[in-house]
Amino acid sequence: MSEADLETWPEQGQNKRVSEFQRFLRVMFGRWLVIFGTFVIVLTVFVALFAPQLAPYNPNKVNLREMIEPPSAKHLLGTDEMGRDLLSRVIYGSRIAVSVGIVVVCIAGVIGMSLGLIAGYFGGWIGTMIMRFMDALMSLPPLVLMLAIAVMLGGGIAKVYVALGIAFMPTYCRLMCGEILSIKENDYVMAANVIGAGHIRVMFSHLVPNAFPPLFVMITLDLGFAILAEASLSFLGIGINPPTATWGAMINSGQQYLLTNPLLSIVPGVAIVLLVLAFNLVGDGLRDALDPRLRGKI
Amino acid sequence: MEQSSNNTILEVKNLKKYFPITKGFLRRTAGHVKAVDNISLKIKKGETLGLVGESGCGKTTVGRCILRVYDPTDGEIRFQGQDIVKLPYNKNRALRRKIQLIFQDPYGSLDPRQSAGSIVGEAIKIHKICDNKQTHKKRVEELFTLVGLDPEMASRFPHEFSGGQRQRIGIARALSCDPVFIVCDEPFSALDVSIQAQIINLLQDLQQKLGLTYLMIAHDLSVVRHISDNVAIMYLGHIVEIADWREIYERPLMPYTQALLSAVPIPDPIVEKKRERIILEGDVPSPINPPSGCPFHPRCWKAAPDCSKEIPELREISPNHLVACIRV
Repeated sequence: MSEADLETWPEQGQNKRVSEFQRFLRVMFGRWLVIFGTFVIVLTVFVALFAPQLAPYNPNKVNLREMIEPPSAKHLLGTDEMGRDLLSRVIYGSRIAVSVGIVVVCIAGVIGMSLGLIAGYFGGWIGTMIMRFMDALMSLPPLVLMLAIAVMLGGGIAKVYVALGIAFMPTYCRLMCGEILSIKENDYVMAANVIGAGHIRVMFSHLVPNAFPPLFVMITLDLGFAILAEASLSFLGIGINPPTATWGAMINSGQQYLLTNPLLSIVPGVAIVLLVLAFNLVGDGLRDALDPRLRGKI
Repeated sequence: MEQSSNNTILEVKNLKKYFPITKGFLRRTAGHVKAVDNISLKIKKGETLGLVGESGCGKTTVGRCILRVYDPTDGEIRFQGQDIVKLPYNKNRALRRKIQLIFQDPYGSLDPRQSAGSIVGEAIKIHKICDNKQTHKKRVEELFTLVGLDPEMASRFPHEFSGGQRQRIGIARALSCDPVFIVCDEPFSALDVSIQAQIINLLQDLQQKLGLTYLMIAHDLSVVRHISDNVAIMYLGHIVEIADWREIYERPLMPYTQALLSAVPIPDPIVEKKRERIILEGDVPSPINPPSGCPFHPRCWKAAPDCSKEIPELREISPNHLVACIRV
């Protein structure tokens, strides 16, 4: 095969080959904003995990003698209208925030993406039915939908997960369906068919990996938005029942004392902003780091 | 064109593929695009049949019907004696693995998220050709060497390769199923000329080494001349002429073939100046509403009134030279 030997391989030149993981790390953590975002997320998860050890007081212990106190050595961030320690409540609130983010995105992502995959790959009347159902869900404003589902299901944290999960599902389904529709027209999908790959293999080893990057970015963004949505529900007084410390409910109850002790609303508010921002920053970083065009390069 | 049947590896009989055109909300069928209309051909083992025609004449559709990517509307496709149209999907999977495809576009045909090694190794996994990792790796390396790639590059991703190298990966993937028949869907048209030559030589080498049979779909007549044993000319879903390559190029009988061949430039400026071109009038008719009778008669300068009456059958004019034209 002398002709074959004639072909020269393009030199990689200055671009030294690095392993996929190394390259991922370099792009991902090449910017301080992404490092900052990661730090905030790791810190929040750590705080959520070790809340009982970190919190100085029981977050639900009412102490009517110490209502709405400003920050002091005893209560680092002061107390709320029931005399509960604000710092402890913010620390415990992180548990709700982190778990809402993860659980809601899992529910919405798994169901939405599976349905989108089926609708996009098989099409036909199944696809039409799935997509029209999603359109129906999407036609309602998300907040109204979440309110309706939450009220319908009643209070409690599990119901909030479900309500938010359903409300977040259509976007995953649509995005996945759209991605699959465009990817399945590629020649490499036909090639997989021709070499004898079945539906499952085509879906999971060709379609999903290629469809995943935008979905991955959406997952990180939605982790933030789910936290925000839960906060909105709690702020409106629907969803998680009162004594439980959630950041949204804390902003709500604090707004009555905005003039006397603004910290009551500001501290949980800042916590929400920081965490949502952190998820957004990391999502951006991931999008760049997962770009296949950057593979094998630094 | 009668051959002993054990020598014929693939036989297509009266193949039709109509694509429905749907209209309106209820998707009722408003008509059909007759992409392939009643074609028959035979390919002998170890030969190359060049399938030539202009864009949209149904060449690719024929290839995809043979690969069973499309379900033919009607007709038979006999591969090694078995009608693969009627066989259910799972039963003929093993048989169909023997028919493989090389793509036109070396960019879209490789999954960007898989390494070259896993692209080539996928079929080996699916068909459980190798029983352990060691033999699997060895087989992939073998295939890489076979198509002239460095096995060291198996861990790289498609975007790191040039067009010619990608085409080689595509060929290695096709070969990984141990095929006996390969449909080459314009494998050269996306490559520049020097790379084209390398890939042509590679395909010819492989044909000799592995005893492959090719259906070479192309529109570049000079390439087809170089690689084909027989050439079939397609026009608007019909085969209008089949002959061995020397006959076709030296004694084209069908007016369309003559016009097509007159468009090939001659790489000699003096001869090229004297070259007589047959310029056809009008456009290719729509395959949705093809002309009655011979599909070529509206543009044919030899057309007679009878041409519009019946679709002419392929007739054997001289040994191995079939023409669908009543004026020959």
